[in-house]
Amino acid sequence: MLTYAINRAVQFALSLLVASVAVFALMSLLPGNAAQVALGTNATPEAVAALEAQYGLDRPPLIRYFDWMGGMLTGDFGTSYVTGAEITPVIVGSVQVTAILVVAAIAVSIVIAVPLGTFAALEQRNWIGVTISGLSQVGIAIPNFLAAIILVIVFSLTLGWFPSQGWMAPIEGLGGFLLRLVLPVVSLALVQAAILTRYVRSAVLDVMREDYIRTARAKGLTRTKALFVHGLRNAAIPVITVAGVQLATLLVGAVIIEQIFVLPGIGSELVRAVANRDLVAVQGIVMALVLLVLIINLIVDILVPIVDPRIRNAA
Amino acid sequence: MKPTGAQSPRDHADPVDLNPAAATASANGGSARSRKSGRRVNASMVIGAGLVVLIVALALVSFVWTPYDANAIDPAARLQNGSLAHPFGTDTFGRDTLTWVMVGARITLLVGVVAVGIALLIGTPIGIISALFAKQPWGIWIDSVIMRANDILLAFPALLLAIIFAAVYSPGTGPAMVAVGIAAIPGFARVARSGTLQVLGTEYVRAARASNRRIPAIAVVHVLPNIAGMVIVQASVAFAISVLAEAGLSFLGLGTQAPTPSWGRMLQESQQYLSTHPELALWPGVFIALAVLGFNLLGDGLRDRFDPKMEARGA
Repeated sequence: MLTYAINRAVQFALSLLVASVAVFALMSLLPGNAAQVALGTNATPEAVAALEAQYGLDRPPLIRYFDWMGGMLTGDFGTSYVTGAEITPVIVGSVQVTAILVVAAIAVSIVIAVPLGTFAALEQRNWIGVTISGLSQVGIAIPNFLAAIILVIVFSLTLGWFPSQGWMAPIEGLGGFLLRLVLPVVSLALVQAAILTRYVRSAVLDVMREDYIRTARAKGLTRTKALFVHGLRNAAIPVITVAGVQLATLLVGAVIIEQIFVLPGIGSELVRAVANRDLVAVQGIVMALVLLVLIINLIVDILVPIVDPRIRNAA
Repeated sequence: MKPTGAQSPRDHADPVDLNPAAATASANGGSARSRKSGRRVNASMVIGAGLVVLIVALALVSFVWTPYDANAIDPAARLQNGSLAHPFGTDTFGRDTLTWVMVGARITLLVGVVAVGIALLIGTPIGIISALFAKQPWGIWIDSVIMRANDILLAFPALLLAIIFAAVYSPGTGPAMVAVGIAAIPGFARVARSGTLQVLGTEYVRAARASNRRIPAIAVVHVLPNIAGMVIVQASVAFAISVLAEAGLSFLGLGTQAPTPSWGRMLQESQQYLSTHPELALWPGVFIALAVLGFNLLGDGLRDRFDPKMEARGA
């Protein structure tokens, strides 16, 4: 288990290294460097050269890469050429908003999907099971931004229960914070719950065919009881993996929801940086997002063998 | 592969999939029992194919005929609700929404075709080659390097990659298509790799090896035809993802640019009229959802058809 964990950690570090080289190459080596992009196409060559010299862009790429990477390792994501502001505080502040949003959404979707999916598997020949499967299929097809628009029309503009946009930090007022969080979280969670329901259903169906469930049934346990006593732990493994993938996807996927509800999350910052042609900020935010995705993958990879002794022993 | 006549306990195909007789008889799950031999055409596939044909037809018809000129501005007819003259209503410039939905289908399909094309043509060979190396004692490390690179690419979701491309190049349909395509490569590579590994383990490949067939020949003669089904299923699923990604990007203003009609941008432009004209958000939203649902269902249906023993899973 320890060698496995070390192995995964080394893999994580290597992935991060390769990803950082890729991001740097994409953003820095292409024609039209950060200074040119920041100043626009009408800038004089002298102005571009001046900005390049000011931020050290005239140095060789390898030096610039190590400078950037070294800064990130010490928690410094650089300074924007456009706004002149430090990028690290922007990332730290906005990641918190996105993290609250995304973690809450995944939690809500797990709470919806696990019972529904289990039920759909146990009742798979029944009209209830068929209905749940059908609804989850439709739910997957609804983009979260469409769900958000529908929710805003119904619960905000028509019924007036929730504000249609805005953000309030929890310290400014817990009630206002929660009230503003409901619609964005639900719009993200509904679609994720639909996807997760299908995985839970399929995982439970797989488990129900296992020999140990048949043995438990032969010993006189009901189907439901056999599942709860012996099955759910096993069904949890693919579900953990999928929930991890969903969490990682949502970090970026939440960007549209952040825009609709005007939330100051990391996706909003990224879109703003792109609109401002602020390549240094884009580069830093992208790297921060990739880092988070890789951390989530690492956690999932280490969590799975902890839940499943068979994988633990094999590894 | 012939489906067995009697239904074994292991053969618990998705209850949404019904056989043709059952599909006409009734739409509830009880009919799943009457499965007979013969090639199964299931409800998923029929509905999915129907929706895909609908979207394709909309796009094709739009080249020859649309109710109005897509960019014809008619201030007298602005922001109308559905009527005989404008079945889906009009937008803030008096442009006909039905016309925009029809022309918008073109971009949706174009992005899907190009993105899936890129991913399929690059990802599939990578997966096959990786699997071929995995079977050679001296080549295992090449296989692991390819698969690790694949994992790293997975840390860049389609939306993130597309935002990076929009930042480096200018936002537009072209960079969006390429970014979504690149992000879909790992999916194809994984499917092709696992399919190839299965095929390489079969008797007929061993026989071919024994009769001194060269490996490239085996890849073309035996592997390709046998993994084609799985690759087509993956293509259908990837198409659904690219429809979502294009809509999302255009919604953010980082995809298709004005004045080209696109469903995502229609949805974005409808935002400020949500309280007075929610219909403006409804139609593009409905068609995005129908397109995604269509390709997802088609993928599910094809999966069952190519491999009747395999259960339709979430993704």
